[in-house]
This record gives sequence, C-alpha cells and structure tokens, in this order.
Amino acid sequence: MRTLKFLLQKEFRQIFRDPAILRIIFLVPVIQLLVLPWAADYEVKNIRLSVVDHDHSKYSRQLREKITASGYFQLNDYSSSYNSALHEVEKDRSDLILEIPASFEKELVKEDQSTLFMAVNAINGTKANLGAAYLRSIIQDYNREVRLKWVQFPRFSAEQNIEITSSNWFNPLLNYKYFMVPGILVSLVTMVGAFLTSLNIVKEKEIGTIEQINVTPVRKVHFILGKLIPFWILGLAMLTIGLTLARVIYGITPVGSFLTIYCFAALYLLAVLGLGLLVSTYTGSQQQAMLLSFFIMMVFILLGGLFTSIDSMPAWAQAITKINPVSYFIEVMRMVILKGSSLFDIRYHLLTILGFAVVLNGSAVINYRKRA
Amino acid sequence: MSSDYIITAEHLTKKFGDFKAVDDITFNVHKGEIFGFLGANGAGKTTAMRMLCGLSIPTEGKATVAGFDVYRQTEDIKKNIGYMSQKFSLYEDLTIRENIRFYAGIYGKSNAFIKEKTARLLKQLHLEQEANKLVGSLPLGWKQKLAFSVAIFHEPQIVFLDEPTGGVDPVTRREFWNMIYEAAEVGITVFVTTHYMDEAEYCDRISIMVDGRVEALGSPGELKRSMNAASMDEVFLKLARKATRSAD
Repeated sequence: MRTLKFLLQKEFRQIFRDPAILRIIFLVPVIQLLVLPWAADYEVKNIRLSVVDHDHSKYSRQLREKITASGYFQLNDYSSSYNSALHEVEKDRSDLILEIPASFEKELVKEDQSTLFMAVNAINGTKANLGAAYLRSIIQDYNREVRLKWVQFPRFSAEQNIEITSSNWFNPLLNYKYFMVPGILVSLVTMVGAFLTSLNIVKEKEIGTIEQINVTPVRKVHFILGKLIPFWILGLAMLTIGLTLARVIYGITPVGSFLTIYCFAALYLLAVLGLGLLVSTYTGSQQQAMLLSFFIMMVFILLGGLFTSIDSMPAWAQAITKINPVSYFIEVMRMVILKGSSLFDIRYHLLTILGFAVVLNGSAVINYRKRA
Repeated sequence: MSSDYIITAEHLTKKFGDFKAVDDITFNVHKGEIFGFLGANGAGKTTAMRMLCGLSIPTEGKATVAGFDVYRQTEDIKKNIGYMSQKFSLYEDLTIRENIRFYAGIYGKSNAFIKEKTARLLKQLHLEQEANKLVGSLPLGWKQKLAFSVAIFHEPQIVFLDEPTGGVDPVTRREFWNMIYEAAEVGITVFVTTHYMDEAEYCDRISIMVDGRVEALGSPGELKRSMNAASMDEVFLKLARKATRSAD
C-alpha cells in the first residue's frame, strides 16, 4: 500500500509538472465543446443554387423567390443557359442547378402540368442529397399552392386530407447540439484514458526508467495501479469540466442523474485505460503508441455513432460497433442526458463495459512482462 | 568458503533462439569485493547482469544472488540489490529530493530513514542548494553520481553498475570511483561493467567475457602475469582479439 502511495505521488507530480498534459486536460475539452457542436451539424444550409430560367414568367419568378426565401439556398447565379450553370458547378461555385423550361408557365396554365429539371453536384453526398430533397419539397409545396388557387371548390378539398404532424420526444427542438455534446464528451474521456495512459507508460520504456523500476521490489500490480489511478481521476475530472461547459455554454443539463453518468463513466474509464495499457505493451516508442492509438480512436469514434447513426450502418459495421466500447458510452450518455435513463435502464450497457474492462485489463496484464 | 560468496554462477546460459548470448559461464563473487565485469560490446555482459538482477530468466545453469535463486526468488533478489543501468534512469522531471524519496519509498524505507539519510547524502554530494532543482537540469557527471547514490540509498547487499562512467570526464570518473570505494568499505559488494581499463585496475577481481564466455578471471595483477602483459589494456586486447562475434 505504501509503495502505491509513492508511485501515485510521483505520477501526479509528473503530470502536473508537464504543461502539455495540463493543456490537453483543460484546453481540449473547452475547444472541442466550443467548436465542434456548431460545426458538426447535419443540417445543410447555404446550398448554392444556379437557376436556369428559360421561361422568365411570373410563375418561374414566384418559384425562384419561394426557394430563396426558404433560407436553405443561396442563389449563386440566375442565367438562361444550362451550360453556363454547369460551368459554375464544375468550378465548384454551385451545388444545384434548377432548370425551368421555356414553356413552364404556358404548360402549367394550359395543360395543368409541367416539368422541371434538377442537376445535383454529388461531390459532397450529404449536401447533394439533402439539398435535392429540400428543393423537391419546396417545389411540391409550390405546386400545391398553385393548384389550390386554380381549383374551383369541388365536393372534396383539393388539398391533401391527411396531414401528418409530429412531435420530437427527448429533444423537442431537434437541437443538434443536444445530440453532439454528449458524444463529444465521450470522445474526450476516451482520449484521456487510452492516449495519455499508453503514452505515459511507453515514455518510461523510452527513457529507460521502467527498467529501473523492474529491478526494484515494486510489484507488477502496484506499478499498473500507479499508472491507472491518476488517469482514471483525470478522465473523471475532464468529464466534469465537459459537463460544466455543456451546461454553461449550451444549457444542457442531464435529465437523468449525474450519479448514473459517473457510475458508467468510472467503469468505462477502466475499460479504456485497459486499452491504453494494452497499446503500451505492444509498442516501444511514443511514436508507435501515438499512431496505434490514433488508428484505434479513429475507428472507434467513426464507428461509435458520434457522427452517424449506428442503425443505418451496414450489418457488418453494426457488428463491429458491438465490440466498440465508445458506442456504448455514447449511447448511454445520450440516454441519460436526453431521456433521463436510470442505472437500471442501462444495466446491459454496464455489464458489457464491465466485460470490456476485464478483458482489456486482463490481456494487458498478461502482456505486460516485468521480465523479458 | 562458499558462504563467503554473495554471487555464484554455475554454467549460466542464456539463449535467444539459436544465439547463445551468454554461454556457460561460471564464477563467484566474494562479499564486499569490487568485481569488474569486462568484455567487448556484444560479449554478453549486460545479458549476464540482467539474469543476476532477476530481469531475465536464464535458459540453463544455476545462479544465486545474495543467497537467492535467480529462477524462483527474483523478488527477494530485487529487495537486496541496487542497480544502475547504462541509460540514465532517474526521473528528469522530478527534483533531486523527489527522486531520492521516490526510490527509497518503493524499497519500503521509513520516512524517518529517508529524511535523515537524504540530508546526509545531499551534504556529501554538495547538492544542498540544488536539492529542489529538476534532475534534468544537472550536468551529466552529477547525474551519474546522484544515480549511483540513489542505487545504494536503500543499503543493498550488492550494487550492479552497468557502464556507470560512460561519457563522463576523467575528474568526475575519479570521484565516482571514490564513491564506489566508500560503498565497498561499508560492505556493499560492487559488480561493475566498464570499458575503461584504468577502471579495471581499481577492481579487486575482474572477469573478461569474450563471445558469451568468461575467458579470464582473477585479480588485475594475476591476469597481467598469466597473460604476460604490461597493462590491463594489453590483457584485454589479447583476449578480445579472439572474438569471432561482431560488436553491435
């Protein structure tokens, strides 16, 4: 026990003496929470639109105004040649082309139907898809208005009779930040756990102090605990900073209890610390550890449901998310913060993470050889 | 007589695959002696030393250190030895005082012991002014002297020194050896590897390893006589030239 005290004392001294680590711990959560929730937003805005109007009629003008008034589109150029509009797309100055044929108004009035042509720049898939969908719904809306004006009231209303209204549970305003912030907190905690631990241990290998520790009577388990406990505490500290910022900046207060969050986070940190430890046993230099951790984090975060919904991944990718601790924590954070889930609701998540912690730490300890 | 031995090695061998890093070495070290462990780079010195320190399990042979077996009682060995590796291994981001306290602490020394002995040591090394400075800011010679002091701070029976004076200036080297003599005087057995032949002369007995085997063993005087050489330099060169292994 006394040995552990000395090990912890040393570890904390080194951590608080290293300005880089302090910066990581305090600045990274601030910057990530200040910047990412605003930038990592799926709502597509500022879609640049080129309108090719061969008609120049009242109706085509109305349609154009309706589109630009929606707020999603920026009229990049308004021309009468499709080629010049396509040129704009090629120059990447425009995302969407809407071509209004010359006979648009005439056909609409006379024959009660007309065609429009839409060309999408699909380099940025999300923007293209969503942009086209927005435009389609605006045009449909316009179409409805036009019909409503013309039709003399028959027995039935010409308007659709079934209107769907929806209410969004747990995040009523569909505020994207409510969705992103809990996920970002998870990535922060994971980073401290896996990155810093592995780097710290590998650093001792690099400078040779680990060899010196190995000839002392310090037991393996004490050495490992001496490394894990400080980063476990740092991880929880970082989570606290993050939760505080989430509240101060975005007004996000968990619907569920902090106890639930911290219980899960405490267990989760054990699992990622184990991962860091495992990485450190396989690497000999900080560079290797950095690259390996980076690779793992990349996969974990992209397959963790932070940016993209796990439900819409292909089956094999969904299978991978099952062995990804990050996905469980992100889910739990969202459940607790937005929905107010209790410890009982997340019991399976807790059990799974416990499993991860046991497996990762167990294999790390087996791998970590005091004697070569 | 054998109870007088603090280190015994019989037919000690370490293989890495087909490569015999240490090939059937047999020697004994007396209690309180300064034992020089010589050999060219790649001769197997460090590997042999690592086995004696309990860092590496031998492939074959027998060895005891401070009466403990190198296969089964490595933890007991570790309690009774000090070790100073080729690489400087104090924490550069801790102060002198913190390093001493840390290493003494993990050897289970009491706070009173640490406090009292730290004061004495700092005075001895004339480092009282620097005690709260980071070790990283010290010049190399001081670092090495400090590392040695830390290695024997917990009063081990044996201290293993792996090329402790590499890269150190001649004056500091001489001071360093004075410290080794002082340690030997209080009964600590010193097991030291070196490439400096003048340092070899300071040892009570030396062994010279060539290609993983001990080729010569005895006091510097005995070796010079038996090899018909004027200096240790000559002894070493005569033996080392027989080596077939290339240095790494």
